[in-house]
Amino acid sequence: MSLLAEKDRPIVELLLNTGTCPRCILRFCCVGSQALYRHPYQDLLKVLKEFLKNSQEKEETVCFDIVDPPCKRIRLEDTEEGLDDVNHNGALQQIPSVNDENTAVENSAVKVCNVCLGILQELCEVDFVKKVCQKVHSADYQFTSFVFSVSLPPQLSVREHAAWLLVKQEMGNLGLSLAKDDIVQLKEAYKWIIHPQLSEELGVPADGKVLFEVSVVFAHPETDEECHFLATACPDCFKPAKNKQSIFTRMAVIKALEKIKEEDFLKHFPCPPRSPKGLCVAVEIQCNNSAVFVAGRYNKYSRNLPQTPWIIDGERKLESSVEELISEHLMAEFKADSFNFSSSGREDVDVRTLGNGRPFAIELVNPRRIHFTAEEMKGLQQTINNSSDKIQVRDLQLVTREAIGRMKEGEEEKTKTYSALIWTDKAIQKEDIAFLDAVKELKLDQKTPLRVLHRRALAVRCRIIHTMKSEYIDEHHFRLHLKTQAGTYIKEFVHGDFGRTKPNIGSLLNRTADILELDVESVDVDWPPTL
Amino acid sequence: RICVITLAEAHPLLQSGKTIKSINYQISANCSRLQNKVSGKSKRGAQFLTELAPLCRISSSDGEEYTIYSCIRGRLIEVNENILSNPTILQEKPSTEGYIAVVLPKFEESKSVTQGLLTRKEYEEVLLKRLTSS
Repeated sequence: MSLLAEKDRPIVELLLNTGTCPRCILRFCCVGSQALYRHPYQDLLKVLKEFLKNSQEKEETVCFDIVDPPCKRIRLEDTEEGLDDVNHNGALQQIPSVNDENTAVENSAVKVCNVCLGILQELCEVDFVKKVCQKVHSADYQFTSFVFSVSLPPQLSVREHAAWLLVKQEMGNLGLSLAKDDIVQLKEAYKWIIHPQLSEELGVPADGKVLFEVSVVFAHPETDEECHFLATACPDCFKPAKNKQSIFTRMAVIKALEKIKEEDFLKHFPCPPRSPKGLCVAVEIQCNNSAVFVAGRYNKYSRNLPQTPWIIDGERKLESSVEELISEHLMAEFKADSFNFSSSGREDVDVRTLGNGRPFAIELVNPRRIHFTAEEMKGLQQTINNSSDKIQVRDLQLVTREAIGRMKEGEEEKTKTYSALIWTDKAIQKEDIAFLDAVKELKLDQKTPLRVLHRRALAVRCRIIHTMKSEYIDEHHFRLHLKTQAGTYIKEFVHGDFGRTKPNIGSLLNRTADILELDVESVDVDWPPTL
Repeated sequence: RICVITLAEAHPLLQSGKTIKSINYQISANCSRLQNKVSGKSKRGAQFLTELAPLCRISSSDGEEYTIYSCIRGRLIEVNENILSNPTILQEKPSTEGYIAVVLPKFEESKSVTQGLLTRKEYEEVLLKRLTSS
């Protein structure tokens, strides 16, 4: 085994005899070769055994000479009552390897590793991989690569720390040092072993920057309380978090381990760590696809359709909504958990959206299907359009999350054009309204309309009407086309809202005016790209 | 539910012959309805009104002074400052541009507030009774 050197010998022996698994031993020897970890661990065990056998006598001599003075020698068998003695001055448990070699090897073959609690043992072997893949297959996701994330119980950090102190002391006695950072990280080694297996079983590569995530949460309830002593030793590291059940989060535990003094640690925690009875358990195996975004433009032809569902006290006031009519079909095709609908502004229930429509985007959360060709999107668009005459969509396409920003930009900055059917109390003639056509960049001061005042803050908005074009109908009616700044309340501009929007059509014509119908003729945002 | 307070049809100020001399939103030494400041969606900082809280006092040129009361409980959102600069709209368009104030009752009290008021029909009956009795 060319990757292990003389200096590693005491570590291997020490850890093997205290109940640590072969792969963890390799980690503590700072072995960085990924391939090595992938060997079945029975083989690794044999190799380590060989390594120790090869220079038995040499090792013994070394031990006796250097180790003798400072530490007490306590046998493994006396662990139970010897615990206090062991921790009293951080002494090591050293066993003459000649005698106990076989027992030690047997023990580590059967025992669950006292450092990784089985993570680098059974939990990266074939059976577990099969279990994970089964879960993935049954969840029926479409993916071309995956990311595997694993959550380990915090007590592993504590045990790692204890094992490191143990090894550090042993190394110190030989005049060598071992920095905690030099040790191969547990999670990293785990991924080295399990990634290729998952990749093979799932048939796709692992890719860090990808959408599909398989996450596993491990727990080891048997040892959950092992972190608790840290709360008394370093109370300021553990703040009660609002949503989490336990204050012993991984981050908090790691922080505390950095702070705590060696002596204090050894007072409260057995070194080496005790062998556990059982393995870690995978309490959660979940799959998640990151969100996909579908954008387009919608037309609304109904004067009785809200944009979002209108429900008060659990009672639906109006049937359906623009949002539901569009997303219903998308949800079915993409098989997502939920959606978030957003658009570049919105219109009232009784207002139609004509022209080339209003840009919208739907975030589909955790979709099972993510790949759609342009043809398929066209087909989806057709399906939506065939299903309702109240709305129609166009330019339906997949977009990135960043694209949403452009749409929202449009809401604030871009102009809109409208067509309003206006009634006046006193008669009008063509000449009376002609002047409106010449009005450019009319400045309005609009107080928050009374009809929304119950749910909006009171404020005054300055908005601009860029241009107007009138169409005389009869003595009490005319149609007005306007191009306005984003955020202008058109209805209030027509009727004046109790004089709270100034100027208004009524004040301009010196009559009382009201609005009978309103249509959005265009939303001047050039996104999403026209197909 | 937003409420707009306006002068009732039968109010003396809306009868012919009356001219408004002045409108005063300062109803006491410490309280001016003009200083009402609300912020945010929940209208924090608003002056709270009970049924008998005065909104303003209006003096007519014939020496009479009328106190206009809120008549409903709720937060005062705004008073109409336009009638200060242009009192004629109060008489010409009392139900629209000449409104007095906007009040927002508590959500839970919304129903009880509306139920405590008269419907159009009931109001007309009251007026009829007044005419016939006097």
